[in-house]
Formats: sequence, structure tokens, C-alpha cells
Amino acid sequence: MQPHDLQAGQFAGYPPEARKLAVAHLDALRKLPLSFLPSLLREVIDYDFKFPAERSAIDKELALLSGLKPEQVQERFRGFAQLSNSPKLEEFDWINQPARFVEQQSAYLWSTHQLDAFRKAATDYGAWLQAEAPPDPLQVRRLGIAVIGQGVASYDGHLFKSLRAHGTYFADVKPENGLAVLLDAMAARAKDHPAPYGHWYVDGGKAAGCDARVTCISYAGLEPVRSALLKNMDAEIAKPGMGPEQLRTHLAQLTPADLGMRKDGDAVLDRFQVKVLTEGSGTQIFSTTFAQWTTREALRRAQPLTLLVRYAPRQRQRPMNEMLTNSHTPAQLDPMGSLVDADMGAYYHWINQQRLPGAEQSAFLAWFEGQSRALVVAPTLPRGAESSSAIDMSKLLSLALS
Amino acid sequence: MEVADGFGGSPREIARRLSLSRREFLRGAAGLTVGGALMSASPFVRAERARRKRKFIVVTFGGGARDQETFAPEGQGNIPHMLQELAPQSSFFTHVTNHGILGHYVATASLTTGVYETLNNFSAVPPEHPTVFEYFRKDLRRPVSDAWVVAPSNGFNRIGESDCRSYGPGLGARVILPKHLLSAATQGGTANLGHLLRDNYENPLYTPELGGGEFELQQLERILRLSVDDFMGHARTLSSPDELSLYIAKRLMQQEAPSLLWITMHDIDIAHSGAYSLYVEGIQRTDRLCAELWSAVESNPEYAGNTTMFVLPDFGRDSDFDAGGNGFQHHRTGDVASRTTWMMALGAGVRQGVVYDQPVQSIDLVPSLGAMMGFTPAQSQGKPIRELL
Repeated sequence: MQPHDLQAGQFAGYPPEARKLAVAHLDALRKLPLSFLPSLLREVIDYDFKFPAERSAIDKELALLSGLKPEQVQERFRGFAQLSNSPKLEEFDWINQPARFVEQQSAYLWSTHQLDAFRKAATDYGAWLQAEAPPDPLQVRRLGIAVIGQGVASYDGHLFKSLRAHGTYFADVKPENGLAVLLDAMAARAKDHPAPYGHWYVDGGKAAGCDARVTCISYAGLEPVRSALLKNMDAEIAKPGMGPEQLRTHLAQLTPADLGMRKDGDAVLDRFQVKVLTEGSGTQIFSTTFAQWTTREALRRAQPLTLLVRYAPRQRQRPMNEMLTNSHTPAQLDPMGSLVDADMGAYYHWINQQRLPGAEQSAFLAWFEGQSRALVVAPTLPRGAESSSAIDMSKLLSLALS
Repeated sequence: MEVADGFGGSPREIARRLSLSRREFLRGAAGLTVGGALMSASPFVRAERARRKRKFIVVTFGGGARDQETFAPEGQGNIPHMLQELAPQSSFFTHVTNHGILGHYVATASLTTGVYETLNNFSAVPPEHPTVFEYFRKDLRRPVSDAWVVAPSNGFNRIGESDCRSYGPGLGARVILPKHLLSAATQGGTANLGHLLRDNYENPLYTPELGGGEFELQQLERILRLSVDDFMGHARTLSSPDELSLYIAKRLMQQEAPSLLWITMHDIDIAHSGAYSLYVEGIQRTDRLCAELWSAVESNPEYAGNTTMFVLPDFGRDSDFDAGGNGFQHHRTGDVASRTTWMMALGAGVRQGVVYDQPVQSIDLVPSLGAMMGFTPAQSQGKPIRELL
């Protein structure tokens, strides 16, 4: 089936808001090439469970596409239209399973050496979209905070190696009440600049309290969900004929209720958390990966004004000889390895924050928890600089946001 | 909003800068000279008479490694053995690109055939085109014992020979899968070793049923001259599957002395778990294992002085700056960082301490091996690397 054959009734399986949206823009959807449309429908079909920032972006994109004349569509989507699709893809139910289509399309593009052409078309389209549908101005400068190194008493290694070129390193931070100061500051920002899903606290361990106005996610808090997921995966893997593609499809269909989450919870946030665990490689096993991936996805999707992530020690990876000689020892923690993971995670946090609107004004603070080392990236602070002056956390935060 | 990455420019320009960065670093750190002016008579001309005794070892620096954790200046601390021991005696190619599918099995299969294979990365299927092992054995009439593959996981069990009609079954390499061997040796006692025996870090599930030329347990004794108890006893002293692979490879060298030995390392691919420290540890371990392998070559009378060894990653990993990826964790974007890598050649017939910047492709390896060993890889789509000839 081709997009020009689309009918309103074919969206009957979509959730209510998504269906309404698709039908309202049916004419625009019909004009798009098959190599592009399922990527858009993959976003539309989840519209009911999207964050406000995502809904706004989809609304703008569809409005923009609806306003294009046929010749403009042809020009804009030429790169996509030139890509070939297999007959199997054309016969696929891409309306109701757009994510699976995209997955299979990706494999096809790789195998037919069309991936680079697809990348170029997608990059060009993204740039056009950004130029034509600019995001709304922010109500306050974005702030990212990464707290790393929990459980490490001392570390002689070179911290914040990748971030130093972009900000100022502080070697004498007074660590007293540092975490409380940061959490209080986040709560104050949430109070002063209220926004749904606008302020996040992600903890790789147990959350250290959470203000009601802040969206909170923690590795410890999701322990029952993670256990349910791992059990579910084990059961699926044991089924005859199960393969990686089938497992991926199965995981993509899991709902919060399937993993024991309350039915009266926050549907949008619960879906987000399930996706973090089912789509993020390693998030079910390593708390540092969970914290990093949750941060990445929260920034990409919810685009929060404030995001504080606190890393905690992950479980230790046992070497082969230990597994062969004693397979029943309880899992131990690896604080030092986790610090290295989190240091890289903080760098990725900053990179992902810089992809969002208002990047040139945003601020970022990384702190070695309980210790005197920190780094701040802010438009008012020099890059690649180092300060040895004593400073407490409140002043450091003020400096980041000054 | 684009994040400035210091790599602005076209993909070709980015790839060129990556290779220049490797060259400048090697020239400074390892004292290597730049090739190009050194294209006089090949050492291989002098080595022609010894061709029959020549040995070739290919090591894939497993599981995809990026520049910034290996040969770029900031990665130097992770590869002290490669840098200080192997690079000074090698010809180093700074600009190797892989234009194929960036999955480990299909990419390694492409390395062995010299064709960008398009097989399903997660299926236990043979390559479509003849492998280097088939060309080698058929053209040079070599016995089955002369070509071996040591590969990490079940997914690689079909890599020894293609299903090409004019080559194929019976003409390929024997394949040893150390993890499979370990699983068989523990005879069902692997319930708690799931993580260790996990077949492929790209997917937690994938463990295809074996079919084709897998290495049977009883061959431990017949070929490697190892009892199951001795094998398990040694395995208990090793920290990772790649260490086990090296152990098996050294055992093969002692017992069978194959002329063509292919070793695929894979520990580095733990990066898919998202733990950066484990990824870096994997690189450091692989660096050490490469040096240990070369040391084993130099101390083995069958190999010392007549062996050429190639070390190359199958591909890189995603850049920190590609929004479609998550940095080191995966190799899914197809960006320049994930496609551009390096290759080291050292030992017999190879110029020492030379760096070459000119772009080569990963599929050029098989035609180069063909030119050096004396067989014709008729279906390969790569070209012989003239700097090696």
C-alpha cells in the first residue's frame, strides 16, 4: 500500500488523540513518500502518551506539512522519494505498526547501501523543520546538574576530562550540604517556573526525596518493574522459535500494566519509564546506564528546564574465572567503575542538553558528590579554565546561573 | 541545535582528519615515519621463496573500538602494548573505512570475503561469497588443518566457509567457538553463566542453534590435546572470553600450526551495556592480548620470523556527537566515526615503523592477503593494498 491510498478509517486502531490528529492531516499524509511517512506515524501513534514538548513539535510539523503545496512536497521529500523500498515493506502494515516498519526499513537500507542517502535526507529534513518551525522561547535558562561518584571516598584520576574544554573546573568546592542545596534549588525552580514535566530528578539509586512539582524517577523505585521485565524476558526467551526480532516486538508492546505498574498512575510518565527499560540497552542491569539513558531520553523527549541526575554505584561485572569457580556469590557494587561511567554520562548529559533550544544560554554543573571537585559550563564562565578558590555549592550554582 | 564537535566538514573531510590525527599521534608517540616515499622494492619480493612456509594471522580488534579510546591522543593510555611494542614494528594504515553493514557478524564475514555481505547479522548463515579460507585452501591445495578461525560466539560458527557453489562446504576453515566449548564442557552447568556465555552484546537474546562446522567437544582432546578437566582448569584462571580465545589460539598454534589463523576478539562489545568503564577495560585487555599473541608468535619455532599479523577493528562506534546514537554504546548510526578505523600489519615481509594515510577499505584485506599468499580471490570486490606488496 502507498500513502496516497490512505483512508481515515485506517487509523481506527490509533488512540483517540492520535487518531484525531492523523485524520485532521490526512491530505498532507497522503502526499508523503513511503520511505518517510512511517517515521512520522511512529510519533503520531503515540501522541496520547507524549510529553507536552513532543506534542507541540508534532503539531507544528503536521501544520507545516499541511501548508505545503504539492510541488513543495516533491522538492522537500525528493531525497526520501529516491530511496527504494522492498515489496515486503510496501505490503507491511505500516499504518498500525510504524515502529516495526521503521526497524525493517532500517535493515533494508543497510543491506542495500542506502543508509547514507537516508541519513542525508533525514538530516536535511530536520534542519528545514528547525528553521521553519522554531521552538517557543524558554521561560528560564535551562539547567543541567550531574552528581557523580557516590560511594567513592577518594579518586586520583582526571575527572571531567571531556567537559573541561567547555567550562571552568573548580578544585575547592565546599561539599557540605551540597546535594541538599542542589535539590532545593531544583524545587525552587519548579515552583518559580511551573511546567508539566519541566523539572526532573533522576536517581541511579534511591531518590533523596522529591518535591511534588518535580518529575522523579529512580532505579530503586523501579526495582519491581525491572524484576517483572527480566522475568518476562526470561519467559519469552524460553519459548521455542523466539528470536531477537520477535523479542524486540514483544518488548515494544509491553504496557505499564503488563509490568505491574498501577493503572491509575501517570500514563505518560509510566510509558516513558517502561520505554527506558525496554528500549535502553543495559538499563535493566546497570544503574549507571539507567541514569544516563533516562537523562538522554528525558532531555530528548520532555526537554525539561531543569534536570538533576545523581549516579549511584552499579553492580560489579564479575570476571570469567570468578563466575566459573563460584557462581552463587551475591552481586557486589563497583563504585570506582561507576564513577568512570558517570563521568562519561555527565559529558553526554551536557551534549544532549546542548542539542535543545536555548543551548547558548543553558548552564551545566557536574559535581563529584561529597568531594571538592566540580565543573561548570555557562555562557558567563571561561572555557578550559580552572579555579582553586574555595566556594560553596550555593555560590557555585549562582555562578552557573549568573 | 548542533553541538560543535571539532569535526566540522563533509564526511570525507572528517574521515581524513581522523586518519591524520592517528598519523600525527603515531609519529610523535611511536616514532613512526610517514609512508609514500617508501614505495621502493617490496620486502615481499625478497620473501617470495619463503612463501610456502609463511604464516598469516588476522586479529579483529574486537567489537568495535573508537579512535578516541585507542589511537587518538586521548586514548593512548588504553593501548600501551600496541603503541609501544607493536606499532614501531608495523606498517600502520590510518584510514580504513567500512562501507558495509555495521553488525559484528556480517562485518567480520565481509572482512573474510572481501565483499560487503548483506546477510542477517543475527542469523547463523554462511557468507554468500567465498571466504579467504576457501580461496587459500582451494588455490593452494592446503589441507583442512591449515586454516582455522577462533571466534567468540555461536553466531560466528558459519564464518569458515561460504555457500558459494564453486567453493563452499569442505573447502573452508575449521571454526572454534571458545564460549560454545565452555558451555559444552560445563555440560549444562551453565545456568549461572548466562551473562558470560551470552552470544552477542548487540542483543541479549541471540544464541542461534549451531549448525555446520562447529567444533565438537571431543576435538578438545584430539586436536588441542586437552582434557575437559585441563580446559576447565585453565578457563578458571582467565578473566574473560577473549582470554579464553587467546588460549585456544595459542594451543592451536602449538598443535596444528595453521598457516592461516583468524581470531575475532569480542570483549570490547560490552560497550552495548552502556558502562563506559567496562568498554575501556575491554580495550585495555584486547591491547594486552594482541601483544601476548605476538609474543607467542615470536616464541613459537613454527611461527617466529615467518609470520605476518594483521590487527584491525571490524569497525568503529558511534561518535559522541551524532544525535541518532548514544556515543560509544552502539554502532548504529553509520556515521563517519563508526565507519572509519585503522589497520596494523607487522612481521614478515612488512615494512616497519611506517604510517600510511591513503584511504583503504576493509574489504581490501582479502585481496591483499591473496597477493601476499599467492591465491586469487576472484569474487572479492576490494583491491590489494599496494603498500603491502
